[in-house]
Formats: sequence, structure tokens, C-alpha cells
Amino acid sequence: MRQVAHIFRKEFTAYFISPIAYIVISIFLLVTGWFFFATFFLFNQASLRTFYALLPIIFAFVIPAITMRLISEELNVGSDEILLTMPVTVRDVILGKFFASVAMIVAMLIPTFAYPLTVSVMGQLDWGPVIGGYFGAVLLGAAFSAVGLFASALTRNQIIAFIIGLAICFALTLIDKLLYFLPRSLLGVFAYLGADLHFQNIAKGIIDSRDILYFVSVCFVGLYGAFLALQAKH
Amino acid sequence: MIQVENLTKYYHTLCAVDQVNFEIQKGEILGLLGPNGAGKTTTLRMLTGYLRPSSGNIRVKGLSIDKHILEIKKILGYLPESAPLYHDMLVFDYLNYVAAIRQINGDKKIARIRRLADLCGINEVMHRPIGDLSKGYKQRVGLAHAMMDDPEVLVLDEPTSGLDPNQIVEIRKIIKEIGKEKTIILSTHILSEAEATCDRIVIISQGKIVADGSADNLKQSTGGKNIMNLSVQNADYKTVHETLAGIKGIDEVTCISETSSMLKVSLSYASTADLRPEVYRKIKNTDWILLEFHQETQSLENIFRELTKEN
Repeated sequence: MRQVAHIFRKEFTAYFISPIAYIVISIFLLVTGWFFFATFFLFNQASLRTFYALLPIIFAFVIPAITMRLISEELNVGSDEILLTMPVTVRDVILGKFFASVAMIVAMLIPTFAYPLTVSVMGQLDWGPVIGGYFGAVLLGAAFSAVGLFASALTRNQIIAFIIGLAICFALTLIDKLLYFLPRSLLGVFAYLGADLHFQNIAKGIIDSRDILYFVSVCFVGLYGAFLALQAKH
Repeated sequence: MIQVENLTKYYHTLCAVDQVNFEIQKGEILGLLGPNGAGKTTTLRMLTGYLRPSSGNIRVKGLSIDKHILEIKKILGYLPESAPLYHDMLVFDYLNYVAAIRQINGDKKIARIRRLADLCGINEVMHRPIGDLSKGYKQRVGLAHAMMDDPEVLVLDEPTSGLDPNQIVEIRKIIKEIGKEKTIILSTHILSEAEATCDRIVIISQGKIVADGSADNLKQSTGGKNIMNLSVQNADYKTVHETLAGIKGIDEVTCISETSSMLKVSLSYASTADLRPEVYRKIKNTDWILLEFHQETQSLENIFRELTKEN
């Protein structure tokens, strides 16, 4: 576990050494801030519902951009050869990078605390769904990070890694909106696969073990896929 | 120290390393030689645990690489070809990270980084991003990375490739310095480098070992020839040929150049024989003026070319 911590620290600081973190955080805040406050005064409700409604689709774009370099850059430069010949395992590498990406998402979410604080000044804000929403956002971010990490382990080209990650995250977000086109017998399965549905449940303030289990499962599948993809390269 | 047994690696259907066997003793500097694509890098990558062998086994200090990969990685220091390091990290931060991964902490860590910076001559670039460094400095940082944990075995993949002659000399000096205490395996396709730095040379061609031994042994065992170059005055080629061709063991007397002032000839004979006393005695009995008398053995280049062409 100590090796995971060293890799985590290195990857997390790497985000802030290069301009990536600043660009991603700025774009994220700009987009969420704009869409949230553009309609906030029209609805005239003291809630973060519009912010949470948009979050999965914004995450589907932003998180693959955060994770795309994590492994594919190593493969491209060849530094994986240096990393994996030190006393670390593939598992340490994957977990270290995954936690770094989740920490980056948390760092990205922290400035958005300004939204509930502003809203609470203007009206009676119910803090239950707000806290649930942030908890759900971290779970959703972790799940998409695992998917992004898997995409990054597939290729040495960061743009391809981004597109694969985006496609999977996008599909997971929208799958429960496309049930109309699916045969009735598969509806249950596909509805359960949708990330948005599970996130919105948590964002309502209802912490259901099924929703948590869903995000944990996506994380596990993504990370295991990344583990297999990286191991297959050796 | 290291035993490699029937090591084989396939990339899909291409056999990159084919049933390779060798042993490395403690304190030995072993040079892995071969043309491009011979399987040197693949062999080293398997030795360091980066690639998994298709079959065969590697033992380091009696530990098998299948079961004790982490322990072996702790014993080994590895510098991959062209030192692929993290370009956006500062040299100091990078070495700090490597020390942390290798579980070197506290005062020991700082002392170790200082010692390596002195040894590899990277003091003046410690606070520069790795991406901004010249190739020579990157290679030195890579070398410092490989030696961080004071490993018992150092594996260096083409440590001098792409460097300028001054940098080559410096890196070789560092390798020689470390080699006094450590077991070193280095791959190269520069023969003079192997001859200058290595105790033993293993030549690989198309994934197979074609020769194994010290540079001198290789020269002798491949049935090489000694060549003696002579420059004389006051003699013509015909007389020289008649006089020297009669010595027992001389295979050939060839005229290299003949001018009015000087005649240059070369004599060839088996590398196992030393005919210098005989030749000298013959010349002493004549009235030739001897200007040059020099014996050279068959160069490693020729042996290398022969062995790698045959396969």
C-alpha cells in the first residue's frame, strides 16, 4: 500500500505541475456555473437540482480528459519500463493512478461548494440532498475515472484514450434515456446500467446500497480491465 | 549470481529470443552484443521483470523470477534504452520519487541522492525539468535512477547510444567505476565498447547465443588469424616474399604497397601461433632496414560479422 501512496502523490502533483489541472478545473467551473445560474433565478428554488442534473454529462466529458494521460503517456514515452522494473506491481500502479484521478475530481468539486453556500444565503436550502449529491458525485467520478483509466491502458495515443473513455462514459450516462429503443425483456438490465439514474437517486439524498454497489462495481470492472490491459502489454 | 535457463520469448509468432542459456558470476561485467533486432533488449527486459518469458526461467541469487519478482526487482537496477523518464518532473523530484518507491527515507535519502549526483555528475541540473536536459544528462539521470538502491546487479541497455564521444567516455568511466563492486550486464552494438568495458562478451544473433567468452577467448576460439605488418627499406617484394614465406606457419605474404623508398607487406598466420621471434631472426640476417614491425590479432569486428552473418 505504501507504493500506491507514492504513485498517488506523484500523479496528483503531476496534475498541478502541468497546466492540465488548472484548465480542466476552469472549464468545469465555467460550464457548471453557467448552466446552473443561467436557470437558477427562473426556477426560483433553493436547490442544486439543475447542477446535479448536468453533472453526469459534464463528467462524461471532463473525466476522460483527466484520465487520458495516466497510462497512455507512460506507454508512449516508454516510462512504464522504468516504473514497472522498480519494486512495484501493476496493481500498485493502477490503484495509485486511480486514487490520484479521484483526488483530482474532489479538488475540482471543492470550488463548487460556492454554489450551495450562495443558494443557502438566498433561501432555505435542504442540506441533505446537497451532501448526498456530493457523495454521489465522488462515486460517479470514481466510476468514470476507472473507465477512463481502462481506456488509457488500451492505447499509447492520448486522444484515442480520451475518445474511448468519452464513448463509454457517455453511453453509461445516456443508456437509461435510450430504453425506448430496446426490447422489453432487456429494459431492467439496461435501466440498471445507467449511471445517471443511480447518481440522481443519491443526489435526492437517498443512500441506497444498490446505487453504491453499482458505482463500486463499475470501479472494479474498469480497474480490473485496466489491470488486464496493462499486464497484457508485458 | 544470475542463471538464465532456456529463456524464450515470442511476440505473437515471431521468436525474439530462442532458448537462451547463460550464467553471470558476481562482480562480472557482461556485455550483450548483437546486431539490431537480435534480441538483446528483449532479453534484458525479461531479466528485469518487465516482460514475462514465453518459456524458460531466470534465477537471481537463487530466486526464481516467476515467484519472487518483487524481491528480484529490489536487487536489480535498470536503465532502459534512451532513458525514458518523466519529462515534466525536475531531476531532484524524480530521484526523490524513485528513492521513495525504493523505500529509502529521511536523511539516508538525501545523502544517497547527493552521492549519486556527484557520481553521475548531475549536480548542476538537479533543479531542471528532465525534458529540458540533453541526451547525455538524461542518460546520467537514468543511471542515477538505476543505482538509487545501491543494487547488486545493474542492467544497462545501450548506455552510450546516441551520446557524443566525450559523453561516451564519461559514461564508460562511470560504468567502470561502478563495475569494481557490482555485477553489470550491458547491451551494446558498439564492439570497441564491449571490448573496453566488459569482462565477458555474449554475442546474440536472431535470438540465439552464437558466442560466449572473454574478448581474447573469442578471438582465439573462432580460428582467427594474426596479421603482422612490416615496413622495410632496401628490399623488394620478391626477395621479402622468398625470405619470409619459407618460415613454418606463415600462410600468406601480401604486398600492401611498394615504393622506391619503402615496401609494406603483411604476413598472416594462425592466431594461436606467435611467429614474431622467427620473423625477426630472418630479417636480422638480411641488410634490410626495418621501419615497422607490428602484430595485430583479428579484430572483434570480424568475429562479430562472421558470427552474425552465419546465422
